[in-house]
Amino acid sequence: MSKMAKIKKEKKTLWQRFTAWVNGDAAEQPLLPAEPPKPPKNKGAKGKKQKAQPTRKEWMGLSRFEHFYRVCAVVIGVAIVSVLMVTVLQLPLFGSPDNPAVNEVVERYVEKGLEETGAVNMVAGMILDYRAFDTFGESSVLFLAVTCVTMLLMRDRNNTTKEEDLLTAREHVIEGYEEDIILTKIARLVIPCALVYGIYVVLNGHLSPGGGFSGGTIMGSALILFAVSFGMIRISRFFTYATFRKVTSCALMVYAASKAYSFFTGANHLESHIPLGTPGAILSSGLILVLDICVGIVVACTMYGFYALFTKGEL
Amino acid sequence: MEHLLINHYETAAVILFGIGFLNLLLQNNLVKKVIGVGIMDSSVYLFLASQGYIEGRLAPILVGEVANAADYINPIPAGLVLTGIVVSVSVTAFSLALIQRLYQKYKTVNFDEIVQLARQKGDE
Repeated sequence: MSKMAKIKKEKKTLWQRFTAWVNGDAAEQPLLPAEPPKPPKNKGAKGKKQKAQPTRKEWMGLSRFEHFYRVCAVVIGVAIVSVLMVTVLQLPLFGSPDNPAVNEVVERYVEKGLEETGAVNMVAGMILDYRAFDTFGESSVLFLAVTCVTMLLMRDRNNTTKEEDLLTAREHVIEGYEEDIILTKIARLVIPCALVYGIYVVLNGHLSPGGGFSGGTIMGSALILFAVSFGMIRISRFFTYATFRKVTSCALMVYAASKAYSFFTGANHLESHIPLGTPGAILSSGLILVLDICVGIVVACTMYGFYALFTKGEL
Repeated sequence: MEHLLINHYETAAVILFGIGFLNLLLQNNLVKKVIGVGIMDSSVYLFLASQGYIEGRLAPILVGEVANAADYINPIPAGLVLTGIVVSVSVTAFSLALIQRLYQKYKTVNFDEIVQLARQKGDE
């Protein structure tokens, strides 16, 4: 009777718990469903001790399960590796030209790529023209990841205590006071070179190895070096959370808009009105340069955002 | 056996995949689990890159005016690896952020201890 009532009560509260969890004020809600508490066998100090530590029987069962789990894991791992090894035995030889992966798609990309996309670098032509929507998805995944990390790690008054605030304030004071001479002098030399090199890699994405992703990473690392050597306060003069948001979403929007335009005019290569230019020139290959710049901006901001969020919890 | 030696990139990729997978299953430390996933990711990139290579051909950057498909290696695995790297960076960052939050709450990154602590909190 009492059990039924209990279950009913729990069911009633389940919805309330769910709404509390959705609203985010579920501070003392357990992450996992709690096991029904066992009635204490004997009162006093002994019972308390038993509650704190699992009994011998439970412990034996747990260790047996652990043992079983480990053996199972090794068996599954070895089985997967051996199945994959058998597959490797059936694969074509390394570097052989009659690999079935080299089919008519590759032929088409290589032979018509320059004509249709205008990019000398075939990989850039492939990922930013033939498969540009896929790359848009990738950039969106990066943006989504940095948004999730911001949600989880961004410091605000809800998830920081006063002590942590004091600690960060002290760190800021130390950063403003002490300046590592070797680090700052070297950083002054290296950061402009790294930035220029990153921009070069982005702008030459359709002509040489590189592109938005690699160049963006280089620019992001230059930003990270700036943050490490000069401190977060200096970098927040020109790069704050607001600029991060604006720049990243603008870049993604430009990407989406330009590719939607291409979707209407040149989808399936009906007829594109975007001039392709002479292959090999920096202003060529239609939209690829624009898309590369957008991707580079998103990647650079994301890399720096990851660093800032993981170290300080702020942007 | 000879086949495995000639295809040594693929063999290494399979072994790395196994190492990463076992790391994922057997490690108790959540950060080490994420490292295991990273090893699995890299093994997949190694496999894809080795499948794209063709002996004696050039990288897929055009030289000259006429493009002959028999002169260049397969450009598709390069694009696939690029996608994979981006996704793995995002997933790694997200899981590390989750782990950091778990550490802030439970003061440990050991998976079993976190489960135990969560159960204890539920009991009280």
